[in-house]
Amino acid sequence: MRIELEKRPKVSVLFSIFSPFIALALTLIAGAIMFFLLGKDPGYALYSFFIEPLTEVWSLHELAIKAGPLILIAVGLSVCYRSNNWNIGAEGQFIMGAIAGSILPVVFYEWQSPLVLPLMLLLGMLGGALFAGIPAFLKAHLNTNEILTSLMLVYVAQLFLDWLVRGPWRNPGGLNFPETRTFAADAILPEMVASGRAHWGFAFAIIAAVLIWLMMRFTLKGFEITVLGQSERAGRFAGFSSRKMIWFSMLLSGALAGLAGISEVSGAIQQLRPVISPGYGFTAIIVAFLGRLNPLGIVASGLVLALTYLGGEAAQLSLGVSDKVTRVFQGLLLFFVLSCDTLIHYKIRMVWADLTDTVKDGGAN
Amino acid sequence: MAVHEQAVDGSLLAVDKLTKVFGTFAACDHIDLAIKPGEIHALLGENGAGKSTLVKMLFGVLAPTSGRILWQGEPVRISSPNAARKLGIGMVFQHFSLFEALTVAENIALSMAPGISLAKISEEAATLSRSYGLPLDPKAHVADLSVGERQRIEIVRALLQNPRLIILDEPTSVLTPQEADRLFDTLAKLKAEGRSVLYISHRLEEVQRICDRATVLRHGKVTGACDPRQETPSSLARMMVGSDVAHVSAEGTSARGDVLLEARHLSAAARTPFAVSLKDVCLKVHGGEVLAIAGVAGNGQSELFDALSGEYPVADANAVQLRQKPVGTLGINARRLMGSGFVPEERHGHAAVSALPLSDNLVLARSVSDRKAFLGGGRLGIIRQDAVKRATKRICEVMDVRKSGEDPPAGSLSGGNLQKFIVGRELDRQPSVLVVNQPTWGVDAGAASRIRQALVDLAKAGSAVLVISQDLDEIFEVATEIAVINEGRLSDAYPAKDLSREKIGLLMGGMQVGKQAESLDAH
Repeated sequence: MRIELEKRPKVSVLFSIFSPFIALALTLIAGAIMFFLLGKDPGYALYSFFIEPLTEVWSLHELAIKAGPLILIAVGLSVCYRSNNWNIGAEGQFIMGAIAGSILPVVFYEWQSPLVLPLMLLLGMLGGALFAGIPAFLKAHLNTNEILTSLMLVYVAQLFLDWLVRGPWRNPGGLNFPETRTFAADAILPEMVASGRAHWGFAFAIIAAVLIWLMMRFTLKGFEITVLGQSERAGRFAGFSSRKMIWFSMLLSGALAGLAGISEVSGAIQQLRPVISPGYGFTAIIVAFLGRLNPLGIVASGLVLALTYLGGEAAQLSLGVSDKVTRVFQGLLLFFVLSCDTLIHYKIRMVWADLTDTVKDGGAN
Repeated sequence: MAVHEQAVDGSLLAVDKLTKVFGTFAACDHIDLAIKPGEIHALLGENGAGKSTLVKMLFGVLAPTSGRILWQGEPVRISSPNAARKLGIGMVFQHFSLFEALTVAENIALSMAPGISLAKISEEAATLSRSYGLPLDPKAHVADLSVGERQRIEIVRALLQNPRLIILDEPTSVLTPQEADRLFDTLAKLKAEGRSVLYISHRLEEVQRICDRATVLRHGKVTGACDPRQETPSSLARMMVGSDVAHVSAEGTSARGDVLLEARHLSAAARTPFAVSLKDVCLKVHGGEVLAIAGVAGNGQSELFDALSGEYPVADANAVQLRQKPVGTLGINARRLMGSGFVPEERHGHAAVSALPLSDNLVLARSVSDRKAFLGGGRLGIIRQDAVKRATKRICEVMDVRKSGEDPPAGSLSGGNLQKFIVGRELDRQPSVLVVNQPTWGVDAGAASRIRQALVDLAKAGSAVLVISQDLDEIFEVATEIAVINEGRLSDAYPAKDLSREKIGLLMGGMQVGKQAESLDAH
């Protein structure tokens, strides 16, 4: 017997909807086996990992806080990846957005005005966009590889933030802790609903996802992105410029990552610290691919990956397993989603007997 | 069946009810075929007739769904190209698999068993190529060689395995008439040695000239097995396409109009090390005219197309003129807005995006020129799917594009049908200037004649048409004027009726008409 992959004449609509769910189910099965081998009750383990965080209001708020930046960044990355620009440096753009947005509440902390918050958000987007503009410039005009440049700039941003909070921006009244002063009330992104901590950053993420989805689905710009991502030559034939697309996609994703950065700082942390992100910019890459580079899919996958963060924390407490379980689940999920996507383009067929084997192997060799 | 049983006896290779099914589609449906030792056997058929699928099964690339392959009367299972080679089957593909930066000998060594020294391979290759009349310098870099010479590498590579059967896929599609003649001499030599050749081609004249027997495929079935010499080109074509191929009629061409497309001393540097630079190209196309540019592949055709279309604008605005206005520095959409249309050579990934549906591929070429009809929402640029779908349907009807479903991905169409759509997409706008590169490359006979007729009709209606082609049959069918491109230089244009194939062949080889005597033996 052998297994044959047979290309479908057309993309299967059924499987393009169901494959993430199949993948999720397979992830749960694999997770159950893993917990069983660890000597834990699989049912209880999965419950405390995936269900328990959803049963309480405060943890739902935590879910939104973690999902917000993941979705916002991943939506921007989806535009980059669809147009064949591999921005890996969203983490750095997130940090630079947070820094640029924090200029007002840290340096000009005496200025109190309702304008502070909107300006901070704009500055955050600008900071992220400008920082993404560096690899964009290098790729568009010097033909460098944006994967390397954008990735390496992440470390530049991290160290720059580190230097700022230990040096010029350190809180004079902060007992020498490496932190900036805490933001004034005008500079804080408010909570969405009174019941918990979740701030407007999650709403920004949903709005951005819907807008980008509309753009990709209905407009010429979205068409341009798709065409240039599939074939630069066909794009040139259509009169689209791949150089302009490098700028557009990198600046857009940088701006969204920057917005995520300033929203996180202003909404959740309310000051700058040496580390402001648990790797949102990198996890967002997984979110983008799990969501199939579709902004609406990204909303769902952003929530799922945020849940694996929460579940990992919960499982650490209730089961006493390592928080590395989070990483395992993220890995399993990515693995199964990518493999289940095969079903969209291929049919799997078990061939019980090889037809050509029935022919006598007479003259061969 | 009895007839077939007889034919199988004494044959080198025979296939018996060979079938390959993809999903529900039978690409090869109970094919019978027998090749005798020492014969040149033609495999004729349109694109999508099942030729490649059949050959892939013979060469071990695809496994048959059912049926048998017999080698010298014994049933065999060919599980890989290596198994095919061991059996004694050699193959020369239509698209060469050569590394341009390596030498001839290095390329050959890559396909041989490891452990043989390069010097030995060079020596064997040189001996072999001399004895078959395929002169080849083992030390030459592939990048410096013509397409004909590259093909020789592939042939020598196949011959080094000492095959009993050699399969050639569309070998002459890229050759000059002179190069093709040389190839035929080689084939005659192979035949004299008792080797068999399976010769896949569209070109009926060639098949009649060199092949002993022919098997004709249509829609995956054998529709004829004959001695091509007993047939006429039109009777062979009938077996291939199932009905008489419409003849392109160039009668009643309208009078010459104004110059609509002109190149004035157009020069462009090569963009890559393997590209060709354009050198001082001058041409004029009047309304009502079809100027055909002949030439062997890789002599600057794509570069000329890029400069004329504006995909790569040139520095000198005056070098390209559309309707007597300088456009050299303008991009492709600005030129489209001035009434011109363009059809590039490569269908997949240039003229069309394979994964996108036809309607999207319509927007690809016309998002700016048909902005009013196809886009709404002002600056938002919302694509009006209803208008685009209607136009797509109209084009498919006019050009008789056969497709599965209402709006299938471009990649699912056969070459001929996609090309009809791509040409129809431009014709639908009634362009006053149309530039086409290789209009019927790899397209079946029915679609080719449909496309050629459309080009002739467009010129008759008063437009200027520029056709870049390697296919001389096509050129003589459509052209009113002919020029030849060689190493980025364009010859003068001659009226089509004043040129013979031999003259064009010489111009393709880089000689000026009238000077052929001194340089005939230079090649």
